[in-house]
Amino acid sequence: MNRFLWPLIGFAVLAALLAAGLRLNPRELPSPLVGKTAPDFALPRLDTPERNFSPGEMRGKAWLLNVWATWCVSCRQEHPLLVEIARSKTVALVGLNYKEVRGDAAFDMDKISAETERKLAAERADSWLDRHGNPYTLSVLDLDGRAGMDYGVYGVPETYVIDKAGVIRFKHIGPVTPDVLSGKILPLVAELSK
Amino acid sequence: MRKTEKPFSAKARRREEKFFSRPVFLCVLCALCALCICAANPAFAGKTPDEAAEKRFNAIVAELRCLVCQNESLAGSGAELAHDLRREIRNMIEAGKSDGEIMDFMVGRYGDFVRYRPPLKGSTLLLWFGPALLFAGGVGGLFVCLRRRARVGDAPLSEAERREAERLLHPEKTEA
Repeated sequence: MNRFLWPLIGFAVLAALLAAGLRLNPRELPSPLVGKTAPDFALPRLDTPERNFSPGEMRGKAWLLNVWATWCVSCRQEHPLLVEIARSKTVALVGLNYKEVRGDAAFDMDKISAETERKLAAERADSWLDRHGNPYTLSVLDLDGRAGMDYGVYGVPETYVIDKAGVIRFKHIGPVTPDVLSGKILPLVAELSK
Repeated sequence: MRKTEKPFSAKARRREEKFFSRPVFLCVLCALCALCICAANPAFAGKTPDEAAEKRFNAIVAELRCLVCQNESLAGSGAELAHDLRREIRNMIEAGKSDGEIMDFMVGRYGDFVRYRPPLKGSTLLLWFGPALLFAGGVGGLFVCLRRRARVGDAPLSEAERREAERLLHPEKTEA
């Protein structure tokens, strides 16, 4: 009996470890930015390009930063949920439009001037928001993705919960799901808004 | 080569003509031209002319993981983000940042996961020493097993076992 017991226990432990490993999502990495001050940037707003927006303007209230682009397929998937958040008016939602033109493989960047890129990005973003609804309090254009890099963006869409003091409290990678929204994001926002 | 030949003899000239009309010579010429074109083209030459800086750049990007294609290094990945990060690292090298500062930049944004060689700390102890621990456990288990088997082997046969062995080894004797 004892002869078979130990190999059996060994096998069970190994199987349990492998099963747990299979359940982990390798794309979900713990962000080192959680618990740190949200990186600063100053980027032109989509609605009023002559005005810049900085995260500092949101001091004093909890808010969400959502990284999106019109070429991002998963963004369309989470979009109805974002529209719902906007309708409920529970929290300010700022959109960071990430590499609108450069991120789209359809464009040859050698042939596009900076001015054309800016115009094209604004046109594309505006028409997309017109078509699908605009959930954002405001959106900014991060044409070269440099601000996104400071936030450690590696898979659009990404959503950050930022508190009153401007500290990142939570980061979600990939499309927001109803579970994540009602289970994590909204309770956290409610707590931070107190 | 025959040393008796004069340098400008008719034979030598013929050989020379033959050499220049040879396909081998044409190939060499083409290759040389291609090389010159490549060297003159900035797309082939890269943006960091300094060889030491290029070496540093190559060493750094080989140490970093691409976040999009997680099984590729930053050096080998064709992902858009890898492209951006390579450009950023080049800029940092040109700006005179040290290797440590560049690593801090990457780890500060993407975590220890971007490093192919994770740092030694509390949460990575098992990662670093787990294999050695498993090996030690295996060797220990094997040792105990062999010791136990050796002890069992030394035990003398009982009377019944001896008779059975005798029967198997010499069937004709016992049957008789």
